[in-house]
Amino acid sequence: MEIPYTISTRPDTGLWNAKIGIWLFLASEVMLFGGLFSAYIFLRIDSAPGMWPHGVLNVPVGTFNTCILILSSVTVVLAWASLKMRRYNAYWWYMLATILCGIIFLVVKLAYEWPQKYDHFGIYIKPDALGKYEQYLGNAYATEKELPPRLEITGHLHNPEALTNPNIKEYEVALDPLNADPTNPSMDRPHFFPLPVTHKIGTIEKEDVERATMFLPTHNAYFASYFTITGLHGLHVLAGVLVFIYMWLPVSKKLYQRNPEHLANRVEVSGLFWHFVDLIWIFVFPLFYLL
Amino acid sequence: MDTSTSVVTHHEPHAHDAAHEHHELGFWRKYIFSTDHKVIGIQYGLCGMAFLFFGFCLMMMMRWQLAYPGQAMPVIGKWLPYIFGPESMPDGKMTPNFYNSLGAMHGTIMIFLGVVPLAFAAFGNFVVPLQIGAPDMTFPKVNAASFWAFAVGGVIMSMSFFVPGGAAKGGWTSYVPLAAFDDTGPGRYVVFNGQTLWLIGFIFLITSSLLGAVNFITTIIQLRAKGLTWMRLPFFVWAQFVTAFLLLLAFPPLEAAIIMQLMDRLAHTSFFLPAGLVLNGVPVSISGGGSPLLWQHLFWFLGHPEVYVLILPAFGIVGEILANNSRKPLWGYKSLVFSVLVIGFLSFIVWAHHMWLTGMGSAVSAFFQTTTLLISIPSVIILSAFFISLWGGSIRFTVPMLFATAFLPMFGIGGLTGIPLAFNSADLYLHDTYYVIAHFHYIVAPGTLFGLFAGIYYWFPKATGRKMSDFWGKVHFWPTLICMNLIFLPMFLQGMAGMHRRWYDGGQGWNLANEHTIWGLTGFQWNHPISWAAWIMGLAQIPFIINFFWSIKHGEKVNDNPWEATTLEWTAPSPPPHGNFVTTPVAYRGPYEYSLPGGERDYTMQNEPVEPTERTRRKPAELVPA
Amino acid sequence: MNNPPEVAQDPKEYEEYAHGVQKHVRGYLMVGATLLLFTLITVALSYVDFGAILSSLFHTNLTATQGRKANITVAVLVATFKAGLVAAIFMHLAAERRLIYRILIFTGFFVLGLFWLTLLAWYDYPIFR
Repeated sequence: MEIPYTISTRPDTGLWNAKIGIWLFLASEVMLFGGLFSAYIFLRIDSAPGMWPHGVLNVPVGTFNTCILILSSVTVVLAWASLKMRRYNAYWWYMLATILCGIIFLVVKLAYEWPQKYDHFGIYIKPDALGKYEQYLGNAYATEKELPPRLEITGHLHNPEALTNPNIKEYEVALDPLNADPTNPSMDRPHFFPLPVTHKIGTIEKEDVERATMFLPTHNAYFASYFTITGLHGLHVLAGVLVFIYMWLPVSKKLYQRNPEHLANRVEVSGLFWHFVDLIWIFVFPLFYLL
Repeated sequence: MDTSTSVVTHHEPHAHDAAHEHHELGFWRKYIFSTDHKVIGIQYGLCGMAFLFFGFCLMMMMRWQLAYPGQAMPVIGKWLPYIFGPESMPDGKMTPNFYNSLGAMHGTIMIFLGVVPLAFAAFGNFVVPLQIGAPDMTFPKVNAASFWAFAVGGVIMSMSFFVPGGAAKGGWTSYVPLAAFDDTGPGRYVVFNGQTLWLIGFIFLITSSLLGAVNFITTIIQLRAKGLTWMRLPFFVWAQFVTAFLLLLAFPPLEAAIIMQLMDRLAHTSFFLPAGLVLNGVPVSISGGGSPLLWQHLFWFLGHPEVYVLILPAFGIVGEILANNSRKPLWGYKSLVFSVLVIGFLSFIVWAHHMWLTGMGSAVSAFFQTTTLLISIPSVIILSAFFISLWGGSIRFTVPMLFATAFLPMFGIGGLTGIPLAFNSADLYLHDTYYVIAHFHYIVAPGTLFGLFAGIYYWFPKATGRKMSDFWGKVHFWPTLICMNLIFLPMFLQGMAGMHRRWYDGGQGWNLANEHTIWGLTGFQWNHPISWAAWIMGLAQIPFIINFFWSIKHGEKVNDNPWEATTLEWTAPSPPPHGNFVTTPVAYRGPYEYSLPGGERDYTMQNEPVEPTERTRRKPAELVPA
Repeated sequence: MNNPPEVAQDPKEYEEYAHGVQKHVRGYLMVGATLLLFTLITVALSYVDFGAILSSLFHTNLTATQGRKANITVAVLVATFKAGLVAAIFMHLAAERRLIYRILIFTGFFVLGLFWLTLLAWYDYPIFR
């Protein structure tokens, strides 16, 4: 029993089965990421002034990852074109390039970007204690320049035992440049190259703290949506990489020899999925890293 | 790009592929991990029916608490704590928390583990490829994956009864902030608690539905037999097609919301949690900034199309059976098709009518009230077309026909009672009362479930080659119909008196349920006859269960087309072999060519060629298959 | 992309088909380069203060939030352009069948409906949330 139109097209639709299948699946993925993006939109528009951070992600690294993903989209479509032109060797190299790009993307994200956040500490100061920490926040300057209020002191936590030990009454934080010099006009907008944590130590009493955690999903709505969306996106990247690996292993050569068009179709379908993953990232990158 | 009009045949170079269809599959590949749509359909069907029964049992337990709140359940009361844990029913008396978990799980199980798998996946998988003349679904392995994802989801949901704290208690709607904090804290595992398992199980169920939807849509588009144009499709196929689109596009936002609720519970994010929450007197240590309303929007964006997922397959089944048992075509086929398409489209933009009480403004409210009222129009068109289809027919009351005709007034009551709920003003009073419960149960219980029973009796001979007993079918039907009405009709009255849903004491502690009488009984007192009707209805299902299993081996043997029906599935052997058809079918006619003038039989099958001398409404040029 | 001729048939016909695919390859490389370029443009534009530019253009004083909204609009427009290129060229949408368009148009309608109707509901509350 053979299922028709797995490779040849049905005359009245002009399509083969898996092509319709993958576009339907991508339609559902649009709705899935649409749900997550709608959460991002509502959390952001509802955030109180000063509560939505800017410039906390590493833009050069994000740009690099974006370019890697775009490159992988190019290589996967070239892989597919090579198969259509019956050039298996070219296909094999392009597919390898795609897989490596995907792996680089994941490694950069999971082994560098995310862990960098786990080490970064942020303290939201209680509203009535804001005046006490004016030297770190510079709210008078911000109001004068019509910038959003600064409600958070960030940097590297020098005494991590303060997190668990109730007897330690203050946090010692090596301050980020904004908190070290809040009235410096160059700090008004984020920089392209991330500035390193300064050596200036700020001391914040625990009783003045509204909320103090590392930059984890729990820290604020921004990181919640960042980790969730990039996490789900990363899972999709991983799935794509695994599928590509399967299509690159010697078992694919057997299918190519038996029925090259079948393999070309499979690569096209997975390629469509991969382009969609790239497409999502094209929106995620500016929304989280740049804005 | 325009499609070419010439038919190009493609020779498939697959000498090796053809070989695999001849080797025998082992037991596991043939019956358990099968990729054959009929086996998968039966797997879904049996699991769906088992879960329906389980959900029904949960309801029967709830009805004890509602009729006799605080009293020990007789006979089984002392055994239940051994099954559900000592916290659930100490001394056989139901705790409020356990009542809540029964309520939440009854809803979840009936909808997502019972009706959707049975109506959409089971009937769809078994019948649709046969009705369109296809050898199988377009993606058989994805089909199997879809079933096993459902099975895993079902296991996880069922497992949630047996973890500390019991199953989810926040309603099938799982509203935050309650659902974000329920089952957390001391005495509860981080992952293995009722609410978290509900969320994780749900992800598997959604995945299963999405994969199934992709399969159905592609199959219906691509694998229709030669000559089977869109307007010659049986109405059941149209209904399944629209249902698949609803599942495909409406489920993912809920999946996104479930992921976010999982993050709220496990990673302590605040997607749905506003600042300033206090739990047990202690301010909660979260960042805040989230919104409970966001959960409601994302949930009901699925929730509303979901109810159309529940009813459309039943519409399809009832349509098939009405035509078959009145021996005439369905009236208004084009309007039926148009109506299901409009219902499918509109169902995406009515969802906020579940949220009238969130304090929304008049502009938004007016929009959603308008679309909600609009969507009642195609539903009425469909029901009217069904009624008119009976007019002038030679009606024979086979067991499927009993259920199908009963469906009509029952769905009518359910649908019409929804209209007051479409108005923000009326719903301010009726929201969360028993009126709402009566409304939707009328649609799903004597509505969809009757459609499903009808389908089971109708297609049982195709799947097994034997008929279920007519006598026991009628014994199943009449008490069920009567009890359904005894259960849900008084609930309208209870609701209008103001009795709320999800009250674990059945209204016993509330003045409005005990002060004045409606038709001789107080609101609370009505719980007694309702509960007894529910238990009797439970007993009435026993003949069905026995009939079903007994008839598989001992039912009356019948030929391939015992109902003398016209659609393509009845041209296949009963049960159909792997590959379904002995010869590839070609369709020459519409799906309901009953009682053609001048014919010797009162039905003409879809694959019978049209004679040039045959009197039809079609012009000679249209006699050639499209 | 058109259907390829059958493998077993005329090799010369297949060569023509392969050559047709070859022409598309140049297009893929150009689009890839454009996407990389526009990524850098997106990053650069995010550091441009559109608030200040619009303020001086229209002789008004835009607040920091309004300026931010202008930046968001620009970034989303550029992203949409890039996404459109990926969809049209890499995903062959520009040459795809009507059926696929119809599926995507409905999806687009529903996802925009989700955004817009929820947004409408979000702000249409008579009492302050």
